[in-house]
Amino acid sequence: MESKKLSIINHPLSITKVDQVGISDRVSRITKRSVKNEAKIYGLKMALSMIDLTTLEGADTVNKVKQLCYKGMHLHDSYGDLPTVAAICVYPNFVGLAKEQLKGSGINVASVATAFPSGNSSLEVKITDTKMAIDAGADEVDMVISRGKFHQGEYNYVFDEIAKIKEVCGKHARLKTILETGELGSLDNVRKASDIAMYAGSDFIKTSTGKISPAATLPVTLVMLEAIKDYYYETGIQIGMKPAGGISNAKLALQYLMLVKETLGDKWLTNEWFRFGASSLANDVLMQLEKQRTGNYQSKDYFSKD
Amino acid sequence: MSENKINLKSAWDLAPSLESTSLINLKKQYELFIGGKWVKPSSNKYFDTNNPATEEKLASIANANAKDVDLAVKAARKAYDTTWSKLSGKERGKYIYRIARIMQERAKELAVVETLDGGKPIRESRDIDIPLAANHFFYYAGWADKLEYAFPNRNPKSLGVAGQITPWNFPLLMAAWKIAPALACGNTVVLKPAETTSLTTLLLAEICEQAGLPDGVVNIVTGAGDTGAEIVNHDGIDKIAFTGSTGVGKIIQKAIAGTDKKATLELGGKAANIVFEDAPLDQAVEGIINGIFFNQGHVCCAGSRLLVQESVYEVVLRKLKDRMESLILGNPLDKNTDIGAINSKEQLDTINHYIKLGKEEGAEIYQPEGKLEKKGYWCKPTLFTGVAQSNRIVQEEIFGPVLAIQTFRTIEEAITKANNTPYGLSAGVWTDKGSKIFNMTSQLRAGIVWANTFNKFDATSPFGGYKESGFGREGGLHGLEAYLSFEN
Amino acid sequence: MSRIEVLKTYKMYIGGKFPRTESGIHYPQLDSKGNPIANMCKASRKDFRNTVVEARKAQEPWANRTAYNRSQILYRIAEMLEGRKAQFIEELMQMGTTKKQAENEVFTSIDRLIYYAGWADKYQQISSSVNPVSGAFFNFSMHEPTGVVAVIAPEENGLIGLVSTIAPIIVSGNSCIVLASESKALCSISFAEVINSSDVPGGVINILTGNALELIPHFSTHMDVNSLLYCGNNKKAIQLMKENSVTNLKRIVVKKDIDWMKDENESPYFITKFTEVKTTWHPIEKIGASGSGY
Repeated sequence: MESKKLSIINHPLSITKVDQVGISDRVSRITKRSVKNEAKIYGLKMALSMIDLTTLEGADTVNKVKQLCYKGMHLHDSYGDLPTVAAICVYPNFVGLAKEQLKGSGINVASVATAFPSGNSSLEVKITDTKMAIDAGADEVDMVISRGKFHQGEYNYVFDEIAKIKEVCGKHARLKTILETGELGSLDNVRKASDIAMYAGSDFIKTSTGKISPAATLPVTLVMLEAIKDYYYETGIQIGMKPAGGISNAKLALQYLMLVKETLGDKWLTNEWFRFGASSLANDVLMQLEKQRTGNYQSKDYFSKD
Repeated sequence: MSENKINLKSAWDLAPSLESTSLINLKKQYELFIGGKWVKPSSNKYFDTNNPATEEKLASIANANAKDVDLAVKAARKAYDTTWSKLSGKERGKYIYRIARIMQERAKELAVVETLDGGKPIRESRDIDIPLAANHFFYYAGWADKLEYAFPNRNPKSLGVAGQITPWNFPLLMAAWKIAPALACGNTVVLKPAETTSLTTLLLAEICEQAGLPDGVVNIVTGAGDTGAEIVNHDGIDKIAFTGSTGVGKIIQKAIAGTDKKATLELGGKAANIVFEDAPLDQAVEGIINGIFFNQGHVCCAGSRLLVQESVYEVVLRKLKDRMESLILGNPLDKNTDIGAINSKEQLDTINHYIKLGKEEGAEIYQPEGKLEKKGYWCKPTLFTGVAQSNRIVQEEIFGPVLAIQTFRTIEEAITKANNTPYGLSAGVWTDKGSKIFNMTSQLRAGIVWANTFNKFDATSPFGGYKESGFGREGGLHGLEAYLSFEN
Repeated sequence: MSRIEVLKTYKMYIGGKFPRTESGIHYPQLDSKGNPIANMCKASRKDFRNTVVEARKAQEPWANRTAYNRSQILYRIAEMLEGRKAQFIEELMQMGTTKKQAENEVFTSIDRLIYYAGWADKYQQISSSVNPVSGAFFNFSMHEPTGVVAVIAPEENGLIGLVSTIAPIIVSGNSCIVLASESKALCSISFAEVINSSDVPGGVINILTGNALELIPHFSTHMDVNSLLYCGNNKKAIQLMKENSVTNLKRIVVKKDIDWMKDENESPYFITKFTEVKTTWHPIEKIGASGSGY
C-alpha cells in the first residue's frame, strides 16, 4: 500500500497556527487594492450575484418573505441586465413559501437549521429541524456548530454532529456550516473550527449567524479562505465560503472579493463557491453601480427597501 | 498531495489605477544646495536622472566636484560655528519639527517623485518611505532638548560637521535617518544622495528652506562616487555616515583611518529568514514575500535566504508560489503595483548576472509567468531552490527580488546556516513557540531580529548590523550616539 | 650562607594553560635600574593565532553563563587578587614603582574588579530600551557581546591597565586576548595565575607578552577577531589598525591618554563599547483588549 504523507498542516485536528497581526497586515494590504472603472462594475455585479438575501427575524411574516423573494429576483429593474441574488435565506418554516415564490428564477432557497442561532439542543431536534427544511424543498442548509462543545474541547462531538447533518442533507441540499466565529475567541480557533467543519463534510463554511457581534470580519474570512485552500490542496475537494453579518456596503463587499481573488482565485469567484450573507448589502451595491453608470452619487430614496 | 492548481491570475483583472502626477512640479535642472542657496556647480556639469520604469529623463542634476564640496563643508562649518551650535536644544527641535510637518504636508508629492525617480511602487513610497521619513524628523526633533536624559552623566556634545552619503534604495528615508539625528544633536550636515535618485533629497532641501532652517545647516551636494569621496576625504568633516555596499564602506573606513573622523556604516546583508514547522505558515509566507520582494529586493536587510524546516518545505514552497502569482509587477505609479522597476540598468545587470549564475550553479529557478515591458528595467520575482550554502547566490548580496531557498532539519542547523555569513544585519524567525523564539533571537548574530514578522521599521527602533554589515546604529535612542561625543 | 632563590619562569596564559611561546624567543624584563629580572615570552604571530582559536571556543559558553554568574566570577578574581596583593606590590616595585604607588595600584585594581563585577547584571538595564514602535509589535534593543576582543594593554602600568581593560570586556560575555605592557610585564603573568585560580573558564582571558608594534598587524588583520582595543598614542599604529580593520570590519576602540588610576575612567559605557545592539521585534496580538477584535 502506498503510504500517504500525512501533512501536519491539514490533519483535521492539528492546530494550524494563525498570527493575528500577520493576518491584519495581509488584510490591510489586500484592502488597499484600488478597484476602478470596469473592474469595479465587474466586481459589483459579481457581488450582487453572490448575495444570500436574508431575513432571520422572530417577526418574519408571510408577506415579509414574499417581498424579499421579489426583491431577490428584481434587484433594480431600471438598471437592466443585473444578476439575481444567489439565494434567499429564511427559517425552516418559510422554506416552502420561498420555494414557491422563487419558482423558475434559478434562485436557491437556503434555510438555517439545527436550533439556529445558538445550536443548543439535542442532536435529534437538530436532525428534525434539518429534515423539516429539506422536506420543504431547501436547496441549502445553514447549520450552526455547537460552540459550547467546541470550547469544552469536544471536537469529536462537533465533528460528528456536522457529519450527521451532512448525512441528512444527502444529495438534496448543500450544507453550509456556521462557525459563529464571534464566539470562538481567537483566530486559531477559527482555523480549528474550519478544519473540523470541512473534514466533517460541509460544502460551505460560514462565519456567523448575524446574531452575534462581531459577525463576519475580513481577518476571520481570510483565515477561513486559507483553510479552504489548504484543504483543497490536500483533498482536491472544493469548499465554499460565506461571510455573513455586517457586510452592508459595496466597498467592503469588494474587499471581501479581493480576499477571495488573491487567496483562492478564479475558481471561487462565482456564486457557486462564494456567498455574502446579507440583508442590506444589495442596495448599496446597486447605488454604486448607478454611480458608475451615471457619474452621480446616489440617494437611498431611489432604491427599494424590502 | 493532490495536484490541484489554484488559478490566481484572475479573469477579474484590476483596471489601471494610476496615481496622479499633476501635483508635482519638477524643475528641468537642479543646482546644489549650499549655504541656503541654490548654487551652480563650479564645473557647470550636470547629469541626467531618469525614470527607471520608462527610461525617460526627469531632470538634470548638478555634478558637484571637490570645489563644490569644499564650499558646502565651509558653509556647514560656518553655520555650525555661528548659528546652529549656539541655538538651544529646544529651538533646534522646533526647526526639526517644522521639517517633519512640511514633509507630511507635501507627502503625496514626495511619494510620487520618489516613485518616478526610483521605480518603487507608489504603495510603498506613499505608505512606508515618506511617512517613516517624516516620523524620523518628528521623533528626533523631540530629542534635541533631551539629550542629557539619553546619556546621563556623560555631558553629550555635538561633533561639528557630518558628511553623509545615502543609497538609492530609500532615498528620502535614508536622508531622514541621517539628517534628523545629526541636527537634533546639534551638528550641521553635508549630504550626498545617490546619483540615480537625487530628486527627493533636493525636495527635502526645498523643505529646509521652507522651514526657515538657518543657511548652511543642511547642504546637499549631488553627484556620483567621486563626489562622495570628496566628502569622505575633506578635512573639515568630523563624522561620516554612510549607507551602501560593504565594498564602499570598507574603502571609506580605510580612507579615514588616519583621521579622527567618527564613522557610522550601514552596509550589506544576506539575511536568513527561518521558518519552523510549527510556524503560522500563511503569515510566514507573507513575511517571506515582504522580506524579499519589498522594494524589488533593493533592501540591505532583505530576507534573501529562506531556511525552511524540511518537514514543511513542500507546503511552504507551494504557498509561496501561489502568493507570487498574485503579485502585480508593473508601472510603479499604479496603486496596485507590488513590484516596481529595478532602480537602474546597472543594478538590473547585476541581478541578471546572479540569476544566470544561479542557473549555472545548478539551482532550480522559478518565476511566475507574465511578460515584461520592453522599456524600463524589470525583473520578475525569482526563487531558487536546490541551493547549497556554498552557492554564490546564497553567500553574496544580490540586492534584487531573488530568493535562495534551503532546508534544515534542526534548530542547531538553522542557527549554524543563518550565522554562516560575513554579514549580520538582520534575520527572521517564524515559530509559534515562545521559548524557541527567544532561543533563536538570542543566538542569531544580527542587529535586527524579526520574530513572526519581517521588514518592519520604526523611528524609535535602532537599526544596524553586526560583523561586515557595518557599525553604529540609526534610529531610536541608540541612533543619537553616532552624532555626539561624550566625556566617558 | 643565604638561600638560593628559585626563579620563576614567566610563561604566557592561553586557553587556561601556561605554555611557552612557540617561537622560543624571549625578551628581558628590566628593573628600574635597567637590570634584567626575568625572561618574558615574546609572543609570535602563531601564538596569537592559537590564542584566537582558544578565545573563540570559550566565548559563546561564557556569554551563555548568567550575568549573576559572571558577576561572581569577576568578584572572585578580586578576592584572589586581594589574597595575593603582597606579591603584586612587590612585583610592581621590582619594575620601578614606589611602594606607595604600588599599593595604590594594586588596591585600585582590586576595587576596579569589584566595580565591574557589579555591572555584570546591571549595565544591560541602563543601556537597553523598549522602543514604542507605531504598530502592534513589542520591540526591544539590548546589548550582546561583540565576540572575541583583542587588546593592546596600556604600556604605562603593569596591573591597573590590564585589569581596567579586561574587566569591562569580559563582563558582558566577550572573551579577550590581551597583550600586556611590554616594559611592565611581570605582574601580567602573575595576574594570569590569579585568573587561573578564580573560576574563569579557560580561554575567556588570554594574556600574551611581547612587542605591540610587531603584533598589531596580526591583531588587526585576523578575520576571527571582532574587536580591537588599543591603549596608546602611536598615531601610525592607530592608522594601521583602522586600515587593517576593514578586512572583517573589526570594531576599533582607541583609548588615548588615560590615567587608569582615576575612578572617572571606569564606566559602564566602556562595557557597551564592546557590545552590539540587537533589536528584536515580535507581534502583539490584539484580542481581548478594549476596542480590539479579530
